[in-house]
Amino acid sequence: AMALSEAARLRAEIERREQELSALQGQLASVLAKEEPGSELPTLQARASLSLAEILRYSRQLVLPELGVRGQLRLSRCSVLVVEGGTAVPVMEKDVEMSNLHRQVLHGEAREGLPKALSAAASLRQLNSAVQYVPYHLALSPSTALELVRQYDVVADCSDNVPTRYLVSDACVLAGKPLVSASALRLEGQLVVYNYQGGPCYRCLFPKPPPPETVTNCADGGVLGVVPGIMGCIQALEVLKIASGIGSGFSQFMLMFDALEGRFRNIKLRPKKSDCAICGDSPTMTSLQDYEAFCGSSATDKCRSLHLLTSKERISVEEYKKLWDEQVPHILVDVRPQVEVDICSLAHSVHVPLSKLEGQNEECLKYLGKRICKEKQRTSSKTAFPVYVICKLGNDSQKAVRVLQELPDKELGSIVAKDIQGGLMAWARKIDPSFPQY
Amino acid sequence: MAAPMSLVVEFGGGAELLFDGIKKHQVTLPCQPEPWDIRNLLKWIKQNLLKERPELFIQGDTVRPGILVLINDADWELMGELDYKLQNQDNVVFISTLHGG
Ligand SMILES: [Zn+2]
Repeated sequence: AMALSEAARLRAEIERREQELSALQGQLASVLAKEEPGSELPTLQARASLSLAEILRYSRQLVLPELGVRGQLRLSRCSVLVVEGGTAVPVMEKDVEMSNLHRQVLHGEAREGLPKALSAAASLRQLNSAVQYVPYHLALSPSTALELVRQYDVVADCSDNVPTRYLVSDACVLAGKPLVSASALRLEGQLVVYNYQGGPCYRCLFPKPPPPETVTNCADGGVLGVVPGIMGCIQALEVLKIASGIGSGFSQFMLMFDALEGRFRNIKLRPKKSDCAICGDSPTMTSLQDYEAFCGSSATDKCRSLHLLTSKERISVEEYKKLWDEQVPHILVDVRPQVEVDICSLAHSVHVPLSKLEGQNEECLKYLGKRICKEKQRTSSKTAFPVYVICKLGNDSQKAVRVLQELPDKELGSIVAKDIQGGLMAWARKIDPSFPQY
Repeated sequence: MAAPMSLVVEFGGGAELLFDGIKKHQVTLPCQPEPWDIRNLLKWIKQNLLKERPELFIQGDTVRPGILVLINDADWELMGELDYKLQNQDNVVFISTLHGG
């Protein structure tokens, strides 16, 4: 019993100190957020020898002839800019969110809500306090990027959206810095070293941005936590090889990783293009541009919202809650894919994935028709039967409403379809806090 | 007359989602008067493999921006792009670039 109460006392003490710590971190964040970015990067002096502590710490790699003391010394005076997330939006943003933690290993539970740059720097400092970390809690934008990139020797792009990828690459070309770029989605990863040893830049490979509707982010497409971890490790390796003078073999090569098959592939890429708009022989771009306009999408991995329906064709979660409470006869159709329905769903909803609706899948329409028929028995009203459609965020539900509206009456009888704005995530936020947010 | 030809056609980086989620397709192209090149292959894919929303894969007579084409593990730019003459047993990969992290 003594040991138990001692344990309880210690736990309470730890909790108290953790709260104190997170309050301090919050204060630090707000102080740093006000600082002018990019003003003072300490210059790293060339040195003739390693310190005793450095020799102890790095002895296992110092004995590698490929690196040796020479490489380690080069490394010690090298600076690396790590671009994380997509922060070209005007507001200060990108705080650590719970959904980041499964893959972004520098952010711990205790630092949820803290700016990512500060959280990462705090973690790294715990691992190696001899390295200088400069957190920039700012939006990388066409006006700040070039000045920032110029101060560093190597750039690592770990961002999560197309406009930022172009911005970082263009800035690296203009500043003459090598760029180690890695990305991951679902169970796949890709890595290329751009603008290095005469090789191509991102624009050489992708002169035109992809149409916004073809771009999938991690929130929509999903990503297995360890996959970006693997890509990040290889990215760190290539940065280290460049910084220490070993050199990277990924200029003009793409590494493709397929985690499902467990396969790495090396793809030989095109050389630098002589007609590239930024790194070519006579570049048409000599400064950074507006990347969100260029890509037709915003620099964040957050989901875009669609405006397909008029407000008369949509209802709010509050309105839906009311008609549910009043037991108004209706059918609720959940159009999300099966994997998302497996995570959570409203018990009374009828599940018909959007893809099946769009393909006018006979079996699904029959099933839906049956459910409508059954529910109709609760009412004697002869007016069109209400069908409400819900998805995660209120985009797919709009597409589904359009499909339902265009069905001939013989399919489902006379119905009036509307969607629920903001979808299940709005339901979780505004109506039922116990409903999972994913 | 070009003889029938066997290819391995692969989709990745999310492009496979336009093909029922199937990444690897063992493909036999029929005999035809002209030799098979990537331009013809794209038409054939559009007619035979691509089930929905072709505009997310093909624009005009080429692939949409953001899709990289690899012929036997090399960027198609190095191989003549649309004009590359396919050989029996070639491996053609269409990979959508990833941006997430
Ligand atoms: Zn270029």
